[in-house]
Amino acid sequence: MKIMHYWRAMWGIVWRECWRFVTQTERFVSALVRPLVWLFIFAAGFRSALGLAISPPYETYILYEVYIVPGLCGMIQLFNGMQSSLSMVYDREMGSMRILLTCPLPRWFLLFSKLLAGTAVSILQVYVFLAVAWCYEIRPPWAGYGWVLPALILSGMMLGALGLLLSSLIKQLENFAGVMNFVIFPMFFMSTALYPLWKIKESSALLYRLAEYNPFSQGVELIRFALYGQFNQYACLYSLGAFIVFMALAILGYNPSKGMMTRKIGVG
Amino acid sequence: MSLVSALTVENLSFSYGGKKALDEVGFAIRPGECTLLLGPNGAGKSTLFALITRLYDARAGKIELCGFDIKKKTGKALARLGVVFQQSTLDIDLTVVQNLNYHAALHGMGGKLAKQRIQQELERLNMYERRFEKIRQLNGGHRRRVEIARALLHKPVLLLLDEPTVGLDVPSRQDIVDHVHRLAKDEKLAVLWASHLIDEVYPGDNLIVLHKGQIKAAGSVSDILGQTGTASVKDAFYTLTQDGQR
Repeated sequence: MKIMHYWRAMWGIVWRECWRFVTQTERFVSALVRPLVWLFIFAAGFRSALGLAISPPYETYILYEVYIVPGLCGMIQLFNGMQSSLSMVYDREMGSMRILLTCPLPRWFLLFSKLLAGTAVSILQVYVFLAVAWCYEIRPPWAGYGWVLPALILSGMMLGALGLLLSSLIKQLENFAGVMNFVIFPMFFMSTALYPLWKIKESSALLYRLAEYNPFSQGVELIRFALYGQFNQYACLYSLGAFIVFMALAILGYNPSKGMMTRKIGVG
Repeated sequence: MSLVSALTVENLSFSYGGKKALDEVGFAIRPGECTLLLGPNGAGKSTLFALITRLYDARAGKIELCGFDIKKKTGKALARLGVVFQQSTLDIDLTVVQNLNYHAALHGMGGKLAKQRIQQELERLNMYERRFEKIRQLNGGHRRRVEIARALLHKPVLLLLDEPTVGLDVPSRQDIVDHVHRLAKDEKLAVLWASHLIDEVYPGDNLIVLHKGQIKAAGSVSDILGQTGTASVKDAFYTLTQDGQR
């Protein structure tokens, strides 16, 4: 009986998030436009400027567009994770987060379900993006489309948990723009999404280290290897570890007795 | 006392940093009682609601819902609670029935039961015909009705309403005030209604007057009029919330 309660609540939260996403056409289109602009314009422009040597998981020379696709999948998930947390700040301001947090289930479970819902939305976006990329003749092996699913779940949960953690720290919606600049852009550019690690090493040893330890890099590598039917154990364990740390801190942030909740709602 | 009370609050204190928002607050509400929590802005009403709904954790004092300590038996306590917050908490892009189904899912209700309960509650508020409309198409009064229907879906013992009539026109306000009083009477629902609108008080109601985090008076309307030596709730309220007077 209790298990059914958990299941129904989780399904309700995931369904609501997915339904909201598919019915908000503008959000759907804009989520797709961003990575496509990078693929069609940025990557096309850089194709001749960047030569890529053969490195795993690729077995031949590849075009820059092919290299950048897993990074853009990661970018979709990074933006989505942040957007989910944006919606949580908004939700909390609007009050619907209160409805969620006052239902009779443990708070960690509700936050986990919320995270799962955000990840489900990001996976929908990634698959639509991969379908467009397929039409653009970027075609990983068919099995890769299946293997990438668990990788996307883990990387989506990890980035979503980071967003959740940030949302527990942000008091007002206005502060979020700052976090976007201080979190999203450094994470994205200081990663393996746009250029491989060895290429970064040629330019700066410090940047190389930062990119190596950036959890977003590991999420992207997990996706990259999975898309070509390979398992990157290090990236998987690193992403899992980062997810656990972010999630634990987010739960602490939303804990009414220990966290930052008490700083948030004004005296009334 | 806690065995028969829907809500028991004992010695509850809460501070934001150094500023005391609630100071040794205590009261009880029994099933079938409609209690209005009156207080000016900043009296501590929203803080009290945040503590009862466990958005905050009380560091001093105790809150019990139907005998379940909100800190120790959070799930059991919250399952008996229905809330209508001051700000609308409906998803305006979803339909009435989608919003209610979401709430039913959060409370673990299966599809058949949810459908039945949604129909019952919406019919009672004359909103069943409009169940497939999106919330953004509804006016403020109808949105509030949907929120009340939602708060009652899982058959709570205690209904909390945080200034639910703010911004509504007079007929919509009256509808809601009447409906909630009927619920308390007919369904034996315990109601705690935060308000600063004196005309929402019915003669049979209980009152709690909160001012600067302290309960200035609590009891039936006639008790409070007797205590303050005034002829109307309005006068009693002003007497109790003027500093230095008691």
